[in-house]
Amino acid sequence: MGGSPDISKKQLDHPLDDLIRTDRLPHIWCAGCGIGTVFSSCLTAIKASELELNNISMVSGIGCSGRAAGYVKLDSFHTTHGRAIPFATGLKLGNPDLNVIVFSGDGDLFAIGGNHMIHAARRNMDITVICVNNLNYGMTGGQVAATTPHMAKSTTTPSGNPEDPFNLPLLAYASGATYVARWTMLHTRELTSSIQEAILKKGFSFIEVLSPCPVNYGRRNKEKALDTLKLYQEKTIIRNGAIPAGLDIDFSKEVVLGKFVDVERDTYIERYEKICRQES
Amino acid sequence: MKFWRVPLDSEEVQVTYGRVYILDDRCKGCGYCIEFCPQSVLQFSSKFNKKGYHLPAVDKPGECLSCHYCEIICPEFAIYSVESNPEKSKT
Repeated sequence: MGGSPDISKKQLDHPLDDLIRTDRLPHIWCAGCGIGTVFSSCLTAIKASELELNNISMVSGIGCSGRAAGYVKLDSFHTTHGRAIPFATGLKLGNPDLNVIVFSGDGDLFAIGGNHMIHAARRNMDITVICVNNLNYGMTGGQVAATTPHMAKSTTTPSGNPEDPFNLPLLAYASGATYVARWTMLHTRELTSSIQEAILKKGFSFIEVLSPCPVNYGRRNKEKALDTLKLYQEKTIIRNGAIPAGLDIDFSKEVVLGKFVDVERDTYIERYEKICRQES
Repeated sequence: MKFWRVPLDSEEVQVTYGRVYILDDRCKGCGYCIEFCPQSVLQFSSKFNKKGYHLPAVDKPGECLSCHYCEIICPEFAIYSVESNPEKSKT
């Protein structure tokens, strides 16, 4: 008797079990999908930010990454397709003390919800947007998306995508976002500290995270999940403060990662209080 | 631990040792933890879990330095490491 208990015999809980609905695990994401990693680094960042958990809410749209709102043990809402940012805007305006995190995919945020995204950035709504970019519409079967690279194969472009994709950091920067960064799910530690920084930052923060989709994108482009991660390891270069216009994703050359924009600007709520609610 | 050059402060720096725990029923066998472990502690085992995925297993116990990289790259919340004494981690 006595002494410290032997931890080697007892199976402990996962360190993030207090923030996830463990009764719903294993989650629906495929083997090798990166959304789980991005989700877990988002939860780690929430924990590390030491904010009051009752004041954090997570909003997500439709798509594979939209399921995240259902797995987090915080106030969360799974909105209709493309409308994660309008819902988050309303949430923030209704209760400005909340820290609102939008966790969604590229199709939801930039295809059907593209307009909401640019206008929230223009107004500088004080929310954090995490966009998991898997380069296609994964949940519906791998159709071509607004982010599919030129000549990549998908269900709807079997001979290669004739279009050019969006450059998401440039779009966010041009719309007026005050924090813009891009990471891959392999750069987990940088991603976690970037998400933490974005949550604590005042104003519209946007983080793009590249993530493999081995079942729908990878299978049609001859990339296994580990091959995609090797690409992330070999072809990416971290260049903080790079000019957003040169950030196209082209894995035949190099893909630039890092924090590109970090500026201060009045938020929508501050301007509204000052101009529309001033005492006469 | 192998170094290509012995660090000058290797006497003072405390190296942490860890023990890896795997939650069998959450794992989907993607192999990320096995591929990216800097100490190559893990290997695929021949064991299956309830859903039929091959699980990782600790191949070199005692070499884990508790860097937590398997824990943060695992998309399934299925693996984590806990700091422990090297004597206790040899199981």
